[in-house]
Amino acid sequence: MAKVPKPNELVFDYNPPQKWWMDTKPEFRPGTWCYPGKAKNAEVLGLPNPREWSPLDEDWKLPSNWKEIIFEGMRDCLNKYRSLRVFMDICVRCGACSDKCHFYIGSGDPKNMPVLRGELLRSVYRKDFTLAGKIMGRIAGARELNEEVVKEWFYYFFQCTECRRCSVFCPYGIDTAEITIMGRELLNLLGVNIDWVLGPAANCYLNGNHLGIQPHAFKDMIEFFVEEIEAVNGIRIEPTFNRKGAEVLFITPSGDVFADPGTYTLMGYLMLFHEIGLDYTWSTYASEGGNFGLFTNHDTMKKLNAKMYAEAERLGVKYIIGGECGHMWRVIQQYMDTMNGPADFLEVPRSPITGTVFDNAKSTKMIHIVEFTADLIRNGKLKLDPSRNDHLRVTYHDSCNPARAMGFFDEPRYVIKNVCNNFWDMPPNCIREQTFCCGSGSGLNTDEFMEMRMRGGLPRANAVKHVHDKHGVNMLSCICAIDRAVLPPLMDYWVPDVDVTGVHELVGNAIVMEGETERTTDLRGNPLEGMEDMSDEDL
Amino acid sequence: MGIKFSLLSVIALMAAVFVGVKVAGLHYFFGVVVPYAALATFLVGFIYRVLLWARSPVPFNITTTSGQQQSLPWVKQNKLDNPSTTAGTIGRMALEVLFFRSLFRNTKYEYHEGPKLRYQWEKWLWIFGLLFHYSFLVIFLRHLRFFAEPVPGFVHSLEGLDGMLQVGLPGLYITNLIFIAAVTFLFLRRVVVPQVRYISLPSDYFPLFLLFFLGVTGIIMRYFSKVDVVKVKELALGIVTFNPVVPSGIGVLFYMHFFLLCVLLAYFPFSKLMHLGGVFLSPTRNMPNDPRMRRHVNPWNYPVKVHTYEEYEDDFREKMIEAGLPVEKESK
Ligand code: HEM
Ligand code: SF4
Ligand code: SF4
Repeated sequence: MAKVPKPNELVFDYNPPQKWWMDTKPEFRPGTWCYPGKAKNAEVLGLPNPREWSPLDEDWKLPSNWKEIIFEGMRDCLNKYRSLRVFMDICVRCGACSDKCHFYIGSGDPKNMPVLRGELLRSVYRKDFTLAGKIMGRIAGARELNEEVVKEWFYYFFQCTECRRCSVFCPYGIDTAEITIMGRELLNLLGVNIDWVLGPAANCYLNGNHLGIQPHAFKDMIEFFVEEIEAVNGIRIEPTFNRKGAEVLFITPSGDVFADPGTYTLMGYLMLFHEIGLDYTWSTYASEGGNFGLFTNHDTMKKLNAKMYAEAERLGVKYIIGGECGHMWRVIQQYMDTMNGPADFLEVPRSPITGTVFDNAKSTKMIHIVEFTADLIRNGKLKLDPSRNDHLRVTYHDSCNPARAMGFFDEPRYVIKNVCNNFWDMPPNCIREQTFCCGSGSGLNTDEFMEMRMRGGLPRANAVKHVHDKHGVNMLSCICAIDRAVLPPLMDYWVPDVDVTGVHELVGNAIVMEGETERTTDLRGNPLEGMEDMSDEDL
Repeated sequence: MGIKFSLLSVIALMAAVFVGVKVAGLHYFFGVVVPYAALATFLVGFIYRVLLWARSPVPFNITTTSGQQQSLPWVKQNKLDNPSTTAGTIGRMALEVLFFRSLFRNTKYEYHEGPKLRYQWEKWLWIFGLLFHYSFLVIFLRHLRFFAEPVPGFVHSLEGLDGMLQVGLPGLYITNLIFIAAVTFLFLRRVVVPQVRYISLPSDYFPLFLLFFLGVTGIIMRYFSKVDVVKVKELALGIVTFNPVVPSGIGVLFYMHFFLLCVLLAYFPFSKLMHLGGVFLSPTRNMPNDPRMRRHVNPWNYPVKVHTYEEYEDDFREKMIEAGLPVEKESK
């Protein structure tokens, strides 16, 4: 694995190279690309051309008729997606998107400007599908498809986190994430993909979740957190699994089950549901909220997503609540009902505690836990002690997908402000719809990609640093499991004194539960403000 | 890339007219044949391209949400940047098309040592973009006086407004100045900003030169060489009434101006200028953000192979039973 340069060793150079972009080639430098997909994972998912290969090899072992495959694949996508057709034709290269991408900001590589990322595909489209491109070639911005182009696609379509920030600024709404999605769809036809996406997707397909946690282990892990909660406040929670007839099925990304600090968020969910007496169940089969299929191709996304409705139907629940996750919510909001619905076996979500009917989810029948909690707080159904978060000075990272695929901004802030006394937003150019990506989304959260992750995460980290310096912020909250996994190393790298939390961890800290013993620590075992001495005695 | 090529192409086009009209006397060709051919290319090409776009379905609702969603009743929705109704979506599109809403968000990124990143005010592209399009529109509408008899009232009002300054004779139109200034700005921006220059193609410079010379020839005709407007109108009316006539005594400058317009028309459907039509069909902007409320239907939604619960239970039954997890069947 590549050694990651220190922050002060990184060079930022925004001068475009001398050579024109059609004449430059990516350099497969360690830390800037992800390991290729393994054959066994491609086989599980039924993806084409499973094989062992390496981007460093001259020969990528593409199928012999690979050009034809791309041509047919592109034609197919053009016929299936108006987005692609329109986006291929109407970019005016105004450059409004160019400096909006965190990977461009972090790398200075002009091909990380969304507009050029798009041109990588557009140039081939022009050659094969437009008259001007066929006749005029380069003059019309067209170029011949060859293996170098495929390698370039691989490099740059896996240096885009599909965050959609660029699409907010484009005067025509050209969404480079959509172009990347199509690019990856085409690359997958050739078996060109990365294992950090394929591995989790294959795991999810067979075991129900990205981490490959088997059913008994899933139950064990959650029960471990039950004990942790008991240690904090003496309350014994009894979650159920695969239980038929529950009112609600709860699905969250498996990352929350597996690693800190997501696990504390999971404890928050458990405590909340217990306290309000929600009749809900976990599922070991649909034990993944996230969907790395989104980062593979549309078919794989659909395959993995199908489990949510299938399990809800099998268990006979009334509706589904989804946990804090970013791309999971992109899929639920924009794809699920279309792909695997209609979910007419479910009912329109209605909070059993407040009676609120969630009309905004009346077709998908799946609501976001933060909506659910915001409604509980608004109706005064939770007893909260925000002073238990007084040792934290909190800011909030709008995760890309809930931000730009939903518009989920005020709900999380409402919850945070009700459970914390110290909250500061980052500057307006870096939050809400203009939020910067963590730099590791869309399946790029792997260690061998660390340099690019740190570079791509710079704009986010820099904004955190701003509120850290100005307001002493020491906690970065978010509603995304990938964020919870990748922001801690990002903070260590750029803003070392800031930690990362999910919103429901803050809820878990603040919620006053019936019959609980006095808390001296937060869910992480850190002493509460004013309790520093007591927790010492406990130890 | 391609500045010289684009500039030379446009100059070559004008030279061709000069030779064609002055030397070869092809008045009819440039005054009648080319305009009809260009108009036909424009209409057929434009419609063809829009139909091509429209023929591909929109399988998913992939709205880009640029504001607070419709959510709980007490959460204030941003109804224009994140509409959930048809009316809101029309409003959003109107803002995009009439005021370039998204471009208005533009900022400029700056790197400072530290590193410290800054996002600066940058509305120049928005300002000059708007100035360019609106002056183009006004000029276009003003030209209707050549193509309609009697001249519609609004054209007169427009001329009055546009000539407000009352400078010179014939009166100076503000939009002419703005148009040339804006095109110049768009060109300079492309050349001066290294990143924009790097992404630019010949097809980005070509329309700018085309428009620049279109404007310049027009201005020269109006203020300096004083073309015979009555004869031009005769020609223009002839074309729109399908009764083409080529009055003699119209200067070659007019033919150049007219030819550049024809090139613009014919070039339009094959170029990025189609953003005019495309922006209306852009799926991230023209749909309400309502896919959780109303199911969006994908016409080609086909089944895929899934790993069913039954298969899953078969894989893990023993372990599930041992862990006390409920199962559908006690054994295979
Ligand atoms: C409807 C919404 C529209 C939007 C948001 C829009 C936006 C833009 C933008 C941002 C540019 C880029 C300027 C640059 O190249 O740096 C541009 C260029 C241009 N647009 Fe539009 N436009 C619209 C409609 C139209 C219409 C109706 C026309 C009619 C002819 C038009 C004609 C042009 C031309 C000729 C250029 C300049 C060519 C160039 O810069 O390469 N646009 N437009
Ligand atoms: S903002 Fe849109 S039109 Fe402008 S260069 Fe980027 S993708 Fe193209
Ligand atoms: S989607 Fe995000 S990562 Fe991809 S090009 Fe746009 S801004 Fe960059």
